[in-house]
Amino acid sequence: MSETNYSEIFIANRSLIDAGSSPVMSALRDRAYDCYTRYGLPGTKVEEYLHTDIGAWFGPDWGVNLKRVALPVNPSEAFRCNVPNLSTQMHFMAGDSYLKKDGQPSLPDGVLCGSLLELSESNPDIVSRYLGTLADMEKPGIAALNTMFMQDGFMVYVPRNVQIEKPVQLVSLMTDAVPMLACRRILVVLEQGASLKLLLCDHSSAGSQCMSMTVTECFVADNASLEIYDLEETSDRNTRVMECYVSQQRDSRVMIQNLSLHNGKTRNSVFSCFKGPGASFEVNGIAITDGQQHVDNFTFVDHEATDCESRELFKYVLDGQSTGSFAGKVLVRHGAQRTVSQQTNRNICLTADSRMWTQPQLEIYADDVKCSHGATVGQLDEKALFYMQQRGIPMKEARMLLMLAFLGEVIDRIPLDSLRARLLGLVELRLRHGQSRCEGCGVCK
Amino acid sequence: MEMLKIENLHAEIAGKEILKGINLQIEAGTVHAIMGPNGSGKSTLSNVLSGHPAYTVTEGKVTFKGKDLLALPVENRSHEGLFMSFQYPVEIPGVSMTNFMRTAINEKRRYLGQEPMSPTDFLKLMKQKRDLVKLDAKFMNRSVNEGFSGGEKKRNEIFQMAVLEPSLSILDETDSGLDIDALRIVAEGVNSLKTPETSALVITHYQRLLDYIKPDVVHVLYAGRIIRTAGPELALELEERGYDWLIREFEEKNS
Amino acid sequence: MSTSEKDNRLVRELSDEKYRYGFTTDVHTDIIDRGLDEDTVRLISSRKGEPGWLLDFRLKAYRHWLEMPMPQWAHLDIPPIDYQNISYYADPTVKKKEGPKSTDEIDPQVMKTFDKLGIPLEERLALSGGVAVDAVMDSVSVKTTFKQTLAEKGIIFCSIGEAVKNHPDLVREYLGSVVSYRDNFFAALNSAVFSDGSFVYIPKGVRCPMELSTYFRINAQGTGQFERTLIVADDDSYVSYLEGCTAPMRDENQLHAAIVEIVVLDRAQVKYSTVQNWYPGDENGRGGVYNFVTKRGLLRGVDSRLSWTQVETGSAITWKYPSCVLQGDGSQGEFYSVALTNNWQQADTGTKMIHIGKNTRSTVISKGISAGHSQNSYRGLISVGRNATGARNYSQCDSLLLGSDCGAHTFPYMDVRNETAVVEHEATTSKISEDQLFYCNQRGIPMEQAIGLIVNGYAKDVLNRLPMEFAVEAQRLLSVSLENTVG
Repeated sequence: MSETNYSEIFIANRSLIDAGSSPVMSALRDRAYDCYTRYGLPGTKVEEYLHTDIGAWFGPDWGVNLKRVALPVNPSEAFRCNVPNLSTQMHFMAGDSYLKKDGQPSLPDGVLCGSLLELSESNPDIVSRYLGTLADMEKPGIAALNTMFMQDGFMVYVPRNVQIEKPVQLVSLMTDAVPMLACRRILVVLEQGASLKLLLCDHSSAGSQCMSMTVTECFVADNASLEIYDLEETSDRNTRVMECYVSQQRDSRVMIQNLSLHNGKTRNSVFSCFKGPGASFEVNGIAITDGQQHVDNFTFVDHEATDCESRELFKYVLDGQSTGSFAGKVLVRHGAQRTVSQQTNRNICLTADSRMWTQPQLEIYADDVKCSHGATVGQLDEKALFYMQQRGIPMKEARMLLMLAFLGEVIDRIPLDSLRARLLGLVELRLRHGQSRCEGCGVCK
Repeated sequence: MEMLKIENLHAEIAGKEILKGINLQIEAGTVHAIMGPNGSGKSTLSNVLSGHPAYTVTEGKVTFKGKDLLALPVENRSHEGLFMSFQYPVEIPGVSMTNFMRTAINEKRRYLGQEPMSPTDFLKLMKQKRDLVKLDAKFMNRSVNEGFSGGEKKRNEIFQMAVLEPSLSILDETDSGLDIDALRIVAEGVNSLKTPETSALVITHYQRLLDYIKPDVVHVLYAGRIIRTAGPELALELEERGYDWLIREFEEKNS
Repeated sequence: MSTSEKDNRLVRELSDEKYRYGFTTDVHTDIIDRGLDEDTVRLISSRKGEPGWLLDFRLKAYRHWLEMPMPQWAHLDIPPIDYQNISYYADPTVKKKEGPKSTDEIDPQVMKTFDKLGIPLEERLALSGGVAVDAVMDSVSVKTTFKQTLAEKGIIFCSIGEAVKNHPDLVREYLGSVVSYRDNFFAALNSAVFSDGSFVYIPKGVRCPMELSTYFRINAQGTGQFERTLIVADDDSYVSYLEGCTAPMRDENQLHAAIVEIVVLDRAQVKYSTVQNWYPGDENGRGGVYNFVTKRGLLRGVDSRLSWTQVETGSAITWKYPSCVLQGDGSQGEFYSVALTNNWQQADTGTKMIHIGKNTRSTVISKGISAGHSQNSYRGLISVGRNATGARNYSQCDSLLLGSDCGAHTFPYMDVRNETAVVEHEATTSKISEDQLFYCNQRGIPMEQAIGLIVNGYAKDVLNRLPMEFAVEAQRLLSVSLENTVG
């Protein structure tokens, strides 16, 4: 049993883990271990994981880099991701270790941005106030396991009323030749009125069999604004499990986009909770899959406060023998009046061997609400295909245009022009060539 | 010069025979009208000519500019110069008019062995053709036909026709759902595109459109066959007397 | 007073009307001892004079049930049920110390009961248009009307107990062929202890000339009801079947665990309508029927059709998913449902549409209405199998909330494994429109009637599917149930 293995590894290597980490992180591990032994990893008997057997994903004998061996990557050569006007500063992680940053250090005073390990040592007060307080370890999932093994990661702290205009970009890379499990932790804290755009690029070099396990916690205070674009462009052999937790205070705004352009097996879970009134939350996603790929998106939006609005739009295009799953749950608690919630999941199966499960859910305990959800599984519009052919557009091109239009609805929700154009380009590349390779990154080629 | 020649064309949809032996010949530079009561097979004919996958040709031959039309895939029929103006233009959400037209033009050019059109030329062409049918520039940023009014959709069809410069245009019930002003604009567009080298096949239930687009030849289609072919005066006669007398004559002759 | 406060007050006022079917009938009833073991199963089987194969079927089911856990996945709070404290068989037709009973002699009290419920058991009193009735009280069918008239067309309509005696081959062929005793916990329980429900067989090419119906009445105390119904529509036949049910008001919870199986052969069409009005419990959530039902149709034939229509206003807890297995090519399944919960009622209901054959179609329209402290869930599965080329589904699930203390939940599942399928699901949840209420008020319609009007309008798509007599009854039920809830 893999679960037992991780317990044993943890017990046997506790001092090694602590040594490669900070006291703030290590302080959370006893409880994490306790939760992990109680809840473990989810199997397919757990309702939220019916179609994705996370437990089995952890089954192989992944190596964990407990000794903090530096990975042989030269980021300056490896990464050349230059979206015009996008970022003044790029941050790099290799496996589970923060590597370095590139570019002008032009972030405003008071902003903390960089290695979670370093910042938790230099600013223990701030980090301990937040870290581990949002990720829910009292359920089957990866939060407890992640907390047991976390040693580094990424952190952004934006003080009151500070707006960071240009997106901060974090590029994470897996290149190791041996099967390896990277345990990453991300912490995002926005104080009142702060704003941040975060672009997360998840890459792995083709051929490397790796697994990443990322837990992200986002604290968004009154009137703050957060956008996260989480782009996965890994390989067929990559496994990714991600849990993102969001807590929103009064009048805050959060948008998350999970873009699965290329992957092996992926499970993204987003949990968000409205703690104060008047806030808005939007989570969108696309998945383009073929071969044996699998993408599972799970979202849970908890309307605890009044007058909040949530929107969701997830779109899948499934080719080959790939499988997709979407489950979204919206909970409107007693008293959360004037809630508005909208959830949509649309899917296109291109082949007889592809398969899609979808399960939108509404659980509502307040009466003054406007909630809706919709889900469809279907194909490209045949009338439109004929119309386009009549105008001289070949079938293949016509299908391409329709697929781009289909997925474009999600990308169009990205407010930042340069990023939107870049992502549309990547989607087209992926659809045309089966593989998307972000040309900006040397390692990806 | 011969533009289109249809010989003994039979076609069916879902196992039901709709066209039962159509013979028709269209010369370059002429306008033919096909009239007929509802259900006579008019739209089937236009769909079969343009290659709609739901229809199966069971017998017969169609020659377009000397080529075997039925052997060509839908898009190549288009590239060869066959254009169909749809009775119900299809809405394509998310695909902008600009992107749609650029793809259509460049695919045709590729088929003809030409280089893609330069962006400047493309924009110039779009503006010039838009003016022809009085289509506002803002339509170019909208999705194909999405949210267009009935009249705008039909004008958009004529606009695309103007851009693609076909040899043969099939206008399938282009007048349905148009008010008089829109009808005139559409007809003007069609007429201004007329040259000695191009032909049109106008499919309509009513005489009305033929006041604006003057046909050289009028055919009456009934029960999958052409039962009468005559000059433009036939359309006027049909307007006055309806189809019944023709159908009776046809049935008497056949029985 | 804010609108929502007003709504809540109205809901409370409305809940004060009493359940009009809550009376009990004093009739001598032979009730077997409480408790459940193999001997109980044998006793029921011998009481009914059943052949050995049926006893074997029951025993297999019982043994399987022992190994099954109670299902926990529904959005329901089900108090523990003591299965040893229920009597599994109650026969109100047994005369005191008398010899063999005659079917023509019904206890006048029983007769009166059905009269009072508006179910005429004398054919001359039948509603215009003609509705044949199988009247079941507790575990036994007391009378089936129009049997002769129907028999002339070759239609079999009788209690399932009678069918076991008179048409054993048919029963044996189809019983358990749609809902196996292994299907779920309550199906296993029913298969072990089932008593009367109806049996219907429509021969090839016959269009049933009248509506068939079964009326279920729980009367005896401390008993459960475990009816079993089996409908077989042979090639090219048609039948419309209705089902109604009520129970007395009691502080105890009574268990009702039924199975309905429907087999639809080539080009046959079955319409199955239910108006479910078991006692829902009082305004404090005391008493009421636990309604745990497995209903399923197997559309075996090509181009066969099955339509479920249900209006659910009763029961303390409802757990029910009338489903269609679309096996025949071109078969069509429909599910139209109105589920209204008030006070402390809980409902978890919906449907499963299992697309197996080619070009199969299904439509799901569900309207939930929650009031008081009730919880109302829609749960559905649309499954499209590997070979179900051209499958189409459209589902629409709307929820209406009346009052701020109730819950409305939607749990649809979609599993699509054929790339030519088109599956669409839409759901909305909202409170009753204040604009509509204001508009009605402005036109002089008081709040209570306005809510009734709007809710009936909201449910109209479903109510329209019911045969006329039932539609009228259903509308009245909605208003009454809402009168005490909201509407």
